Amino acid sequence: MNGEAVFFTLFTVSACLGALAVVVSQNVVRMAFWLIICLGSTAGLFFLADADFVGAVQLLIYVGGTLVLLVFAVMLTSSGPYVKIETSPGEVILAGMIGLLFLFMVIAAQTGIDWEGTGSRIAEASEIDPPDGTFDTGAEGHTLRPIGMSLLGLRPDRGAAASGTLFTGYLLPFEIVSVHLLVVLVGAAYLARAKRRREA
Amino acid sequence: MFLTLATQSLAELLESAGISSGWQYAGAAVVHMALLFGVFSLCPFFFIWMERKVAGRIQDRLGPTRVGGRFGWLQSLADGIKLIQKEDLCPPAADSLLFRAAPYIVCMASFAAFVVLPFSDGWVAVAADSGLFIMLAVMSLEVFGIILAGYSSGSKWSLFGGMREAAQMVSYEIPLAICAVIPIVAAGSLNLNEIGNMQSGGIQNWFLFHDPFTFIAFFVYFIVATASCKRAPFDLAEAESELVGGFHTEYSGMRWSFFFMGEYASMFAVCGIASILFLGGWNTGIPAIDQGLAAMRASSGPSAYLGGVLGIGVFAVKAVIGVFIQVWLRWTVPRIRIDQVITVCLKYLVPISCFLFLGSITWPLLLHAGQQRTTWTSEPLGERMAAAIPGNVAGRPANPDEPAANPDGSDESRHPASDVPSEAAPAGHAVTWMKPVEVTR
Repeated sequence: MNGEAVFFTLFTVSACLGALAVVVSQNVVRMAFWLIICLGSTAGLFFLADADFVGAVQLLIYVGGTLVLLVFAVMLTSSGPYVKIETSPGEVILAGMIGLLFLFMVIAAQTGIDWEGTGSRIAEASEIDPPDGTFDTGAEGHTLRPIGMSLLGLRPDRGAAASGTLFTGYLLPFEIVSVHLLVVLVGAAYLARAKRRREA
Repeated sequence: MFLTLATQSLAELLESAGISSGWQYAGAAVVHMALLFGVFSLCPFFFIWMERKVAGRIQDRLGPTRVGGRFGWLQSLADGIKLIQKEDLCPPAADSLLFRAAPYIVCMASFAAFVVLPFSDGWVAVAADSGLFIMLAVMSLEVFGIILAGYSSGSKWSLFGGMREAAQMVSYEIPLAICAVIPIVAAGSLNLNEIGNMQSGGIQNWFLFHDPFTFIAFFVYFIVATASCKRAPFDLAEAESELVGGFHTEYSGMRWSFFFMGEYASMFAVCGIASILFLGGWNTGIPAIDQGLAAMRASSGPSAYLGGVLGIGVFAVKAVIGVFIQVWLRWTVPRIRIDQVITVCLKYLVPISCFLFLGSITWPLLLHAGQQRTTWTSEPLGERMAAAIPGNVAGRPANPDEPAANPDGSDESRHPASDVPSEAAPAGHAVTWMKPVEVTR
């Protein structure tokens, strides 16, 4: 058993236990705490897979952003000391069914993929030469520059980077998502404002 | 992840001792962790003593004088021994699980930030390509520990402290990230080691002097970083004059001190980021000394090691000066109100940092249109970096087997962060370091 396997086991077990504890616990802030354990271990799995950027995004957005806001909202709005969520049996059944459907989807997706073929394709595609040729960029998580290039429309994984050909890249989806977020922000600001005016 | 540990030399040493490669990496990881933990625990040790000394001097008294002989330099140790002896209390109204876990979250978050922080050229535990991003992401977890502490204490003072901290951090992370991005735009890299190396060769190459916008951005970053460490004048989460102790009102003993270990260590971490992003990192700013140090690091044996240690010295001096200024501010500036804290951030710092960001983007374009170059100094960043240390661009220790320095930077393939394409360069200049890859379908 090598080191990566040890850490993989550690992170997967803590991610699963964290997720279970989120479902089982009834206190909202405790749920947030277990969610940190779960999401932090998932970020650890990303780091283990040499996807540093994705792991850092996971930590920054979900743990540092969303969960902080969640606890902040609980602190601002709760009337009692510790907020409890009590689920009715109907909700448990509904949530269980949705969970089972999702499980089937994941199993179907997992069994439907030719993992060996994909693995070899990824290995070939990630052979991006470092400055002095001794350092395997893709295998060590140094993928940030290719990702940035892809966002700008240069696709080093498509093999035409050296000739400077511009692909569509990920710029358009990225911009669409950012405009979408802007719309959400404006909408949230509008809703928050309208309420205050009525009170006054 | 194991391969990203910059442990080549150590692994070679272990290999010569006849240890298998898995255990080499494990051993190297343990050594790195031990070293980093040493740094992480020495930071509070030194800075708490410094804080007490500086506070004493500012208030016209002596500060600690007796413990450890002169200057009271063992005061922090005495404090630590005292705190270990205290009873570990958990109030009955508290949510005991969260109450006990919160100090560890703070401590772990600020310790994890040191993993990607380079202390000298190539002397970094994990030479991640997105180093700065990981560091900011990990340090944003520290807030969560403080909010949890405030919430789970079951005390009104703590709850107020936690709420203030949440409000403050949610707003201050925006200008912090924007100000950190401004030198990143100039550098074209998130790898802290590369960014440090780009600023070699003279004080004019520091990103502080890269353009007027980065110059202002440094000061904005420093203010925001002070706020993100919840230091005075932004220490609303503690605010001992109004909230008893804020988020740590109910804590005692070691759990209480973990918060302060985290706080002082993250003060060093944000000042270290400032030192690398704006102040040249391990470069002294004097070309002759920098070249000498770079040559020492590029050589082999003990002189390379000494070069690394001197680099740490330069880096640490800059970071400690930053921490000293934070301490100085704490004892001279009065605490501002929570509404003023939020106003300063949302009405002033966010627009200022957005303006600086836009300015730093347009600056090279304007220079390029007017003077056919992208920096006001003579050489573009990419050439500067290639000339600094050969074969060390990816953030790992210099390989002594590699050929000597390439001072004219003629080797185009060595420019990971080359400038925008100029007339002289071919269209695909920026990506020449990447080999075309054929993807089989």
